[in-house]
Amino acid sequence: MTMKSEPFVVNVGPQHPSTHGVFRLRLTMDGEKIVDAEMVVGYLHRSMEKLAEGRTYTQNIPFTDRLDYLSAMSNNLAYCMAVEKLAGIDVPERGQFLRVIMAEFQRIANHAMAIASFAMECGVWFTPLMWMFREREKILDLFEMTCGARLTTNYVRIGGVSFDIPPEFMPAARALLKEMPERIAEYEALLMENEIILARSRDVGVLQPDLAIASSASGPVLRGSGVMWDIRKADPYAAYDRLEFDIPVGTCGDCYDRFLVRMEELRQSVRILEQALDMLPDGPASVNVPLALRPPAGEAYARIEAPKGELGFYLVSDGSPHPHRFHIRSPSYINLTPLRDMVVGLTVPDAVITLGSIDIVLGEVDR
Amino acid sequence: MIFLAEWWDLRDLGNPVGKLLELLGDHGPDWLPYAVSAIVGSITIVVFLLVSLLAFAWVERRLLGRMQARLGPNRVGPWGVFQSIADAIKFVTKEAITSRNVDRWMFWAAPVLVAVPVLVVFAVLPFGEGMVLADLNVGVLFVIAVGSVTAIPIFMAGWSSNNKFSLLGAMREVAMLISYELPQVLALLGVVVFAGTMRMNGIVGWQDEHNTWLIFLQPLAVLIYLIAGTVEINRTPTDIAEAESEIVAGYHTEYSGIKFGMFWLTEYFAGFAIAAIIATVYLGGWTLWGLEEWVPGWIIFLAKLYGLFWLFIWMRGTLPRLRIDQLMGFAWKFLLPLALINIFVAGLEVLIWRENDLAAEAVLPGFAIANLVLAGVLIVAWARFLGRARPSWRPARARLVKELGAVVYGQEG
Repeated sequence: MTMKSEPFVVNVGPQHPSTHGVFRLRLTMDGEKIVDAEMVVGYLHRSMEKLAEGRTYTQNIPFTDRLDYLSAMSNNLAYCMAVEKLAGIDVPERGQFLRVIMAEFQRIANHAMAIASFAMECGVWFTPLMWMFREREKILDLFEMTCGARLTTNYVRIGGVSFDIPPEFMPAARALLKEMPERIAEYEALLMENEIILARSRDVGVLQPDLAIASSASGPVLRGSGVMWDIRKADPYAAYDRLEFDIPVGTCGDCYDRFLVRMEELRQSVRILEQALDMLPDGPASVNVPLALRPPAGEAYARIEAPKGELGFYLVSDGSPHPHRFHIRSPSYINLTPLRDMVVGLTVPDAVITLGSIDIVLGEVDR
Repeated sequence: MIFLAEWWDLRDLGNPVGKLLELLGDHGPDWLPYAVSAIVGSITIVVFLLVSLLAFAWVERRLLGRMQARLGPNRVGPWGVFQSIADAIKFVTKEAITSRNVDRWMFWAAPVLVAVPVLVVFAVLPFGEGMVLADLNVGVLFVIAVGSVTAIPIFMAGWSSNNKFSLLGAMREVAMLISYELPQVLALLGVVVFAGTMRMNGIVGWQDEHNTWLIFLQPLAVLIYLIAGTVEINRTPTDIAEAESEIVAGYHTEYSGIKFGMFWLTEYFAGFAIAAIIATVYLGGWTLWGLEEWVPGWIIFLAKLYGLFWLFIWMRGTLPRLRIDQLMGFAWKFLLPLALINIFVAGLEVLIWRENDLAAEAVLPGFAIANLVLAGVLIVAWARFLGRARPSWRPARARLVKELGAVVYGQEG
């Protein structure tokens, strides 16, 4: 005999501890099982794309800080690359390397946050979060000594970077990189072979590779599904073509694989950083660009491998100092699209860790 | 080793109280000693629990701070020791919000009732030879029975809140409590089989008399009881009923102010209760191989209790949360069969021992070793049987792939 039950709607969010902001997941439940999931976004919509049309190209850089506020450096970089492509500006070699250094430090900081919040979703009581914040803090200190800001850095500028690194940057960065492998081993000891994490996240929220590709997911979400795709390899930018690194890829496409991929990316970022610090050339870090930059009429799309996936900026210029169109292809938003297929059939706790394993930031989802 | 002695013998605070009751019995009406002992006993228990709570609310946060590479509360008073007092004041002075559509009576009654069962448990637990409020001859049974009553106020809270998250949390809590009752009972029964009594003081006395703690004779049962106890007190890894990341705060989502404070302190009281039961039943209670002659028994007991509570704090700082079905599966598929085997073996051993009239010194070490080996073998074998979380074909780490665009989904690595 089967019991007939009424569908039951659970609103996870917009006010919920584990929605990473103001995201609403409207779950239709049949008992403990999710039969339908509806994603409601837009609670944090600030109409950045429209606002940007009224400002000059340089004035728009601080907007990008506030997209994915956990990886401001990467956002700055993607936007500036788009403008440079539009205006045909070449960035000096030192600037390219500084961009890589900052982007990779940002990746470590972001992944620390992502892994920690995933672990929090699994119910760990703050321990991994605090451990990872310890290292993230040092990275933010590096940012602070370079550009004065910790979170909304506004560091990468059109034609280069805003400041060259100060003399105390190198020793601090080297010391941090020296202790990182040990710290990563600590995180792995705490989380990776933990039976409860394995039991919670294995075979949960499986994303098939064809669905991942079809929904144009990117970053660790795509790689977790076993697809080797990384903009740093596929379409190298800045100085990535001169650096050696590997791309970690998952096997089963579940939450645990996405977690493993991020864990390994921490190691790879450390590897990239060590090389980049060694190879950092002398010379100017940036070229002079007029403040009221007027790129020739045309369009440009530049993309980078942001910590969360492919971050792209599409700009259309009409020859004026303001962009005619400013479009953001944000990885968080696009990675959310397969969420419904991932959570149907699971229970609420699984849906929560699936959402956690995607690693979204609402500033970027809603723009 | 029984030292009911002069009233000034403070190794056992039962002595002065006993003397007082004797005096009252001699010179007053018959009911007076009963009334006085009940009042003195309950006040002492509540005061002890509140003081422990204030201390441990701070100790826990400092210890977790240490585990998490941070300082923990250090602003209020030296090393932040008055933090718990500040928190208590906050709880009392905060507005207790009652939302409009709650079932008022139940909403109010739940936080009041929730603390009762855990307080009552302490009535039968001996802090010392004479320091027990009611030395029931069915102490073990009483502890089990009262422990399961907690489910009712929690369900009242979840139901009356008229909130889906609260209801989900309450349903989880009830399901968990009922499932874990069984392994818990069976784990305690092993002790009863050995000690031959359900009286808490009798169990302590048996351990003292045979110079062994039951943790050595019943290693598997201790583990089962510890796990089941963790479930009962709602702390990580089994804080499923109030899982923050999933159902906001579970059954106490709608509570604020002192009403939330009651749920919060009940969690600590329940932790103390479980630690106290383990200390009494498995760790020799207030005895410590003759040291109780010199150090007051209640100090020994409290040391064991707090030591065990520290274990709960440690677990909280380390482990993630299980999913409800996994937790239930663990109770029914893992703990229950092992508890059954454990009690069967315990019965067999006692039968061999009693039937052949063997000397305790000769058989008990043998039993201890046999049970330890059995526990190890059973846990490993059963875990193998149920299967490990990671299948062997799955790589332990993310794979490093060179070829751009390659898809390695589902391929063995």
